[in-house]
Amino acid sequence: MAFGPYLLLATLEGLVTSAVLALMALGLSLVFGVMRVVNVAHGEFYMLGAVLAWWFASLVSGHPAIGFLLALFASPLIVAAVAFLAERLVLRRLDYEPEATIVATIGLLYIIQQFALTFYGPEARPVEAPFDARIALPWFGYSAYKLAVIVVSVALMLATWLFLTRTRAGLIMRATQSDREMAQAFGIPVDRVYAGVFALGAGLAALAAVLIVPIRQAHYLMGLDPLLLSFIVVIIGGLGSLRGTVVAAILIGLSDGIISMFFSPTLAKMLATFLVALVLVFRPQGLFGAASR
Amino acid sequence: MNYKAKHQIKPDGGITRRTALKGLSTAAGLMAAPGFVRYAQAQSSEPIRIGFQCHRTGIGAAYGRWYERVTSAAVKRINDQGGVNGRPLEIVIEDDGTDAARGSEVVAKFANQHKVDLVYGTLFSHVVVAAAPMAGELKIPYYVVSEGYHVASGKMNRYCVQPGITDVKAQVRSVAPWIAQNLGKRVTLVYPDYAFGHDHRDFFEPAITAQGGEVIAKVPIPPTETSFTRYFPQIPRDTDVIYHVMVGPAVLTFVKELGEFFGTGGPQLFGFIDSLEAVDINSPGLEFLDGSHFWEGMPRYAQPDIPRYAASYRETVGIDENGASVNDPNDVSTAGHMFGCWETLYVIKAAMEASGYRGPEDRASLIEATEAMTEFPAGNEHPQGAKIFNGQIHQVFAEQCISQVNGGRLDVVHRTSIEDGMYEPEADYTTMSF
Repeated sequence: MAFGPYLLLATLEGLVTSAVLALMALGLSLVFGVMRVVNVAHGEFYMLGAVLAWWFASLVSGHPAIGFLLALFASPLIVAAVAFLAERLVLRRLDYEPEATIVATIGLLYIIQQFALTFYGPEARPVEAPFDARIALPWFGYSAYKLAVIVVSVALMLATWLFLTRTRAGLIMRATQSDREMAQAFGIPVDRVYAGVFALGAGLAALAAVLIVPIRQAHYLMGLDPLLLSFIVVIIGGLGSLRGTVVAAILIGLSDGIISMFFSPTLAKMLATFLVALVLVFRPQGLFGAASR
Repeated sequence: MNYKAKHQIKPDGGITRRTALKGLSTAAGLMAAPGFVRYAQAQSSEPIRIGFQCHRTGIGAAYGRWYERVTSAAVKRINDQGGVNGRPLEIVIEDDGTDAARGSEVVAKFANQHKVDLVYGTLFSHVVVAAAPMAGELKIPYYVVSEGYHVASGKMNRYCVQPGITDVKAQVRSVAPWIAQNLGKRVTLVYPDYAFGHDHRDFFEPAITAQGGEVIAKVPIPPTETSFTRYFPQIPRDTDVIYHVMVGPAVLTFVKELGEFFGTGGPQLFGFIDSLEAVDINSPGLEFLDGSHFWEGMPRYAQPDIPRYAASYRETVGIDENGASVNDPNDVSTAGHMFGCWETLYVIKAAMEASGYRGPEDRASLIEATEAMTEFPAGNEHPQGAKIFNGQIHQVFAEQCISQVNGGRLDVVHRTSIEDGMYEPEADYTTMSF
């Protein structure tokens, strides 16, 4: 294959990875930025989103788009509800202490994972894409659904940005993030904001999962890799920075797509990890993060 | 109320009497758990205990579940027919998480804590390779139902035996002539980049070259990969056949993306059913496989000419015409491999009877009795078909099936002979000491 089409394919693949990664990392970044909680269970919310998407899609017969749309709305809501409960029952009782919450979310990771293994099973199960079209380019064919994933993800990122910058709830969240005690002094129910943010973060992970599940199947161990990548993205982009998360996700996704295609996937992972090390040494707050107060 | 005041009250430290009591009772409970129970009965009535190293979790979990079902069915049948040397078989299961390090620990736990007579049932090659040295060190027989060439290569030890399923080298040599004659001679290999995939890479190339074919490209894929489109440009355009052998949960993606990339009119496909074990062949996205060919150890779909013993085996383990569970048509079995559990248990039974096995002191003679075996006739004990066992390399040889995907089912189009897969032994375990 000639260089041009090769690069095009690599870029497309990289953009799909970026799109999903950005959504997922955004959830992780919000939770850390506002709550200062390192949510190790974030990948399991993603997995839960995918597993629920399979379940919803299998409930309805008829055109695959009906099941997919149902999953797209219902699955993130349920995952957000689960996260809300987990926050109320576990994290709040630990007073959001950094060490305790890490251990607690590790516990949550195993609980969710084993629940999925018990009730969903060990198989990888596919969800049918809402539409099944193949774009035949002269050099190779490409799935139209993958392109749709990029578009939808961009739309969802915009919606999240509007929510955070244009609504009252978003204002409250940003106030809490910028100074928790001051926000509390102004009468913001910080406690409830935390619950909302945790649910929103998990919901974003679930959304990313529903989008990806017609491409990659739902499987109970699917949360681990994206979790690591999300951490990489969040560290590079700067914790709590929406812009940083998006830029870092595009950077990591594209470099993963292009480098692993022209060289090797291992080199792509090595470079991403190296970049994390560089960022931690020279700009610990991340590319776009504000220096900690 | 202030959030801090409400939630920052810490319980005071130190151990109270109540927590101490709780701890003590937990410890007592653990001591009474099954692993610690000693047998007080007379030896003759004691069950023979087989430690089943099962992939209950991890990437091998779908296999593990069916290996477990087949094992229970075979053990029940053996016990219903009088057991082994008049003693019932008892299966003790430990989950190894399809993980190499854990696999080795599980073998040690079986030997030291459960004190089983032998260990059995491992599938994934990395687990076998990691756990076999432990079995050799603890001098406990280790009957694996794996597929890699590691056992036959002579790199394991005298205690590690594979009498129920053929190894990759034999499978590959069996199918190569058929591929060269029917699909094409210019082959691109797509395989997972670890031991199991390397076996395919190393043995397929000489096998196809011997048939006048050639391997024109090799595409290794890291085992944790979830997306494959990026690898497909490495497949040369003049490829006749893509030989694919992927494992793990991402194989559906692999096939779907292959279909999107090539559309209709791409190269022929030859795969190993390992890719699609426990996966419904009619899953969305797999339409692209229609007309392509697969290696199967034993047919998933009941074939028109199915022998009576094979039908009876299918009924006993609980799979229907389509190779799915009789209780749930969506619960597709790992039929291409799981017969190996059934057959291995019957080999263990035969070896125990031949050696007059009484207990762990007879472990060496159990291995010797297994090594002395040469042929297994097809029948209820060996429903996959007749087999030839080579005691020198602890490896069994069998017929293989080549099946074609036709309108959503797999039809066997060719059955190789046992001799097709046989090769010169490269080792001799029988000269090693116990």
